[in-house]
Amino acid sequence: MSIRLLLVVSLAGLLFGCSNEQVKEEEPVTVEDLSSNAANVNVTDESGAQAYGTDDNSTSGFDALDDPQSALSIRIIYFEYNSNEISSEYRSAIEAHAAYLSQNPSTTITLEGHADERGSREYNLALGESRAQAVKQQMLILGASSSQIRLVSYGEERPAIDGHDESSWQQNRRVEILY
Amino acid sequence: MKVLFKLMIASLLLVSLQAQAVLDIKITQGIEQSLPIAIVPFGWSQASSVAPIDLTSIISNDLQRSGRFDVMDEADLPQRPSEYDSINFGDWRKLGMENILIGKLNLTDAGDYEVSFRLVDIYRGKQIAGFRIPAKPDLLRRVAHQISDIIFEKLVGIPGAFDTRVAYITVNKIKNKKVHSLQIADADGYNAQILLESAEPLLSPSWSPDGKKIAYVSFEGKNSAIYVQNILTGQRELVSSFAGINSSPDWSPDGSRLALTLSKDGNTEIYIMSLNDKSLQRITRHGGIDTEPSWSPSGQKLAFTSDRSGGPQIYEVSVNGGDPKRISFEGKYNARPEYSPDGKSITLVHAVSGSYRIGILNLANGSIDVLTDARLDESPSFAPNGGMVIYATTGVRGGQLAAVSTDGRIHQRLGLQQGDVREPAWGPFLK
Repeated sequence: MSIRLLLVVSLAGLLFGCSNEQVKEEEPVTVEDLSSNAANVNVTDESGAQAYGTDDNSTSGFDALDDPQSALSIRIIYFEYNSNEISSEYRSAIEAHAAYLSQNPSTTITLEGHADERGSREYNLALGESRAQAVKQQMLILGASSSQIRLVSYGEERPAIDGHDESSWQQNRRVEILY
Repeated sequence: MKVLFKLMIASLLLVSLQAQAVLDIKITQGIEQSLPIAIVPFGWSQASSVAPIDLTSIISNDLQRSGRFDVMDEADLPQRPSEYDSINFGDWRKLGMENILIGKLNLTDAGDYEVSFRLVDIYRGKQIAGFRIPAKPDLLRRVAHQISDIIFEKLVGIPGAFDTRVAYITVNKIKNKKVHSLQIADADGYNAQILLESAEPLLSPSWSPDGKKIAYVSFEGKNSAIYVQNILTGQRELVSSFAGINSSPDWSPDGSRLALTLSKDGNTEIYIMSLNDKSLQRITRHGGIDTEPSWSPSGQKLAFTSDRSGGPQIYEVSVNGGDPKRISFEGKYNARPEYSPDGKSITLVHAVSGSYRIGILNLANGSIDVLTDARLDESPSFAPNGGMVIYATTGVRGGQLAAVSTDGRIHQRLGLQQGDVREPAWGPFLK
């Protein structure tokens, strides 16, 4: 039973890979306007995962942004209560995003800041902004350009989880990196 | 782009609900020494038909829910006079009743109404107040609230705030999508009107001093922006949509300017905007969070929340700029200041060991009195007479509104019949 399931899954994976390849051949640069990139660039993070920038000659078959192994796949940064300090665990992810932006100057992102529901709404709006601002500052130091990063804060208005306890609040204190 | 804009406008409905109580107000705690009063059912000139409004019950409910009065049950009334001369003082004295209200509703020849009433001190055997008020049919509810205001002022010593309105935000899930509404209602929860509906968040409603406009924050453009809307016509104006945060509008006492929070210059700072030409004056300069400005009643100062000392605390600054002065020192979290109408205190959100409560900061000595005891209270707003603070609290049913007297003794729960309700702002005295 489990073997059969495994087979189906890997078969699906093969099929998916194939069709992806075909699309790639027919339309080499449709996903994003990244053609201004002259060279293939490799980005290495601490975990050893590799991220690739794409260009017309790319042979990797997918954008590094779509690689689940890449540090670029980390799109949410969580924060402590009432703090805009970025935990060191996100360093590699922020480095990877900054490097990606630096290598893809026409790519823009939105950093969406959020807060948990505790305390006042307007203060939380400012707190969400200051979290997004903190992420932006790190990305700028690491090579991204200011014009590539848009900030928006929703404060506590768009919780990821609707609950009223610490486990929900943890999920809600965040900055989302949106490409 | 144009199509998108039109779609956006179409999704913002301007709807008006008919007169019905959306808020159900209950007193959860009252004070022991409430004043006994009897409200005698009003006489009605067309006795063969039903009166167009039950003035008696509106006034009774106003007084009862204020927590300051003990209104006699109608069944216990010893007599039902509607003229001063027919009051049998002895009967009322025997029951220990101190004050009674009598009155009449008359239909005039022109088809309008006239309400006359007398507030009578039973022990001294004399009239405390007597008025005759002409009214169009749709203003009769307001007349009842005005009578409650007069009774309150005569017997409690400060103006009543029954003839006022409250603005608030509701959030309902309809087909799994959130609908945010900006609404206003009479202070007793009746006559709720939707001023704006949006799929995106709305917050921070703020009344103009003349009670005719409301400034608020809307995310309909995928970022915070400040609008000013005329309540009567529904017309609105986008006044602030800079990059970054546009939030926390608060009107100057003369109605000509808005204090607001913008982050266009890097991080959140307090500004003052002149409404006629939209010119901006920057008030704060600090790398930390500065937000939630509240205009002092004198118009000379702003109180605001800043985390420049590490956590959120309240600061005061002159409207001409200069160095802000920290004014809250108790506790690690004080935010969302609003001056009392007399300018002597500030209501705020005050955290006590992980719970967020409504407090009153005494500006004379810096002490903070905690008025509430729930876990997630926020958004306090003074009644224009300074007697009560309305605020939002999160309970098992989601967000609800509650009110507490500034001495902390009277607690009311204002239960919305469905959905979340939040961000209450008590409007000014109506003129």
